Amino acid sequence: MIVQALTLTLRLAIMVSAILLVIGVPLAYWLAFSRRRWKFLVEAVVSLPIVLPPTVLGFYVLVAVGPLSPVGRWYQALTGHTLAFTFEGLVVGSVLYSLPFAVQPIATSFAAVDQKLLDASALLGASGWRTFWRIVLPLGLPGVLTGLVLSFAHTLGEFGVVLMIGGNIPGATQTVSILIYDQVQALDYATANRTALILLLLCFTLLAILYGLRRRGVWNGWEWR
Amino acid sequence: MEWVGVEMSGATTAAPAEQLTVRLKKSFRRDSGSQFTLDVELAVAPGFTILFGASGAGKTTLLDCIAGLQTPDEGAIAIAEVVLFDSESRVNLPPRRRAVAYLLQSLALFPHMTVEQNVQYGLAALNQRDRDARSGEVLESFRISSLLQRRPNEISAGERQRVALARALVTRPRVLLLDEPLTALDAVTKARILDDLRAWNRRHRIPILYVTHDREEVFALGESAIVLEEGHILARGSPHEVLQRPQSETVAQLAGFENIFECSVTGSHPEYGTMTCRIAGSTLDLEVPLVRVNAALRLCVGVRAGDILLASSKPQGLSARNVLDGTIASLEQRDMKVIAIVTCGPDFEVHLTLAARESLQLKPGARVWLVIKTYSCHVLQ
Repeated sequence: MIVQALTLTLRLAIMVSAILLVIGVPLAYWLAFSRRRWKFLVEAVVSLPIVLPPTVLGFYVLVAVGPLSPVGRWYQALTGHTLAFTFEGLVVGSVLYSLPFAVQPIATSFAAVDQKLLDASALLGASGWRTFWRIVLPLGLPGVLTGLVLSFAHTLGEFGVVLMIGGNIPGATQTVSILIYDQVQALDYATANRTALILLLLCFTLLAILYGLRRRGVWNGWEWR
Repeated sequence: MEWVGVEMSGATTAAPAEQLTVRLKKSFRRDSGSQFTLDVELAVAPGFTILFGASGAGKTTLLDCIAGLQTPDEGAIAIAEVVLFDSESRVNLPPRRRAVAYLLQSLALFPHMTVEQNVQYGLAALNQRDRDARSGEVLESFRISSLLQRRPNEISAGERQRVALARALVTRPRVLLLDEPLTALDAVTKARILDDLRAWNRRHRIPILYVTHDREEVFALGESAIVLEEGHILARGSPHEVLQRPQSETVAQLAGFENIFECSVTGSHPEYGTMTCRIAGSTLDLEVPLVRVNAALRLCVGVRAGDILLASSKPQGLSARNVLDGTIASLEQRDMKVIAIVTCGPDFEVHLTLAARESLQLKPGARVWLVIKTYSCHVLQ
């Protein structure tokens, strides 16, 4: 049980982090450098999952992927089943839920890159694309790595969204946090304790590595080519 | 390097090759809330042109507009026949297409790259062999070939300056803009870098617009000078012309000297550490501190108006070596200061207190003696 839930949780966290890297970097770049007047609206939307109860987010995702919504119908026509109560549905919900944890550190580190370096790059003939790959990304790398680790850890620990979208299907949608809930419901406190301890240690180790590396300056971005 | 250029329509005067011409207006509200307008028209020939002005005069805004980092409200900017900006025909090349090198005071070296990577950054369009050849040549010119694998935080301030220059010039820009690039350096380092920059300029001859407050740099580099005040051009000409007769307080303050004379060395006295200079166009000799100069070179001597003593009868028994006989041409009171113009052949500006004017009973036409210590005479080369 534990091994199955743990594997599933790690698989979910890895996929969510990977997807957030692909979505989060361009989104963070836009948030850091765009001068659109309505940028604040996008910022607010991205930050919503931090304050929103997971049940609210989970509920809306469930409705959105359900057979009554266009998205849900389209997905059903494509694959033959709905997103609700599947691993893919979990991924969608988790990506939304962890979005701010990936985007905010990345956007902050991008915005912190000295404007003069960007000007210097442009004056040396570099395109925006080249400036991003050679200047913004290398210097903002600490933020990208922080965003990755935070979204990974945050996905490990999520509960409400998973319960709303995925339910509790062992091997398909039962993550470690759901398993603990299940075990407590069954009054099996001893097993719940063991499972909870595993999750606690895993999260603690991850964060300890993050802050330890940051303290040693390994992620100061300058060593990277 | 590709070029997107537009022919200047109906150019009235054929611009000399590779001259930078700028005519622009830009208004904006300062952070302090005051309205500021930059309104200038200038042509920069190949060679060094010094841009002078107090902070807030609009120097950086002007350079930013030429580089394309800021957009003027109206006007036109062109290098020879290539239009960089023209509000009428709506041309506005982005900075990366302007071939303008712009060196900021902060240098903006890429901290995560080695010296070599920094210098080669602008050569992305070339293949590796050409890139190495090009950067090798420039690295040699600026004497930084030994630093290739170092990072900016591992080299000295002077070396960083050289790297920034090399990085900007390796792209073979058509104009070079320098915003107080050497202010943070000591005199010796500064002089060496200026030598190398001058040598580079002799080979390439592009228009160089150089912002500085430092009069040594003005005289060391300046082929011409432009004084900017409150967004307008106040004076232009050779550094000597602009600074010799300061048209305004600003110029005088920037130059640091109200009196600047062109001189030739007529004798040197190494045993006393002094030399004698004759003020050009007069028979007036000044004793000034000895400096190593090329005797054939013309030099300038600057004297602050406040450093000159004024006596109503011929003073005697003085340690000061320069006692000049003259007459007061004018007296003018400004605030609590009296500004006297004294003709001794050339005119001297002398600043006095109100009390001094009263006790000496000075009037225009009165005969006076000026007393100037040797060390109050500053040799500007």
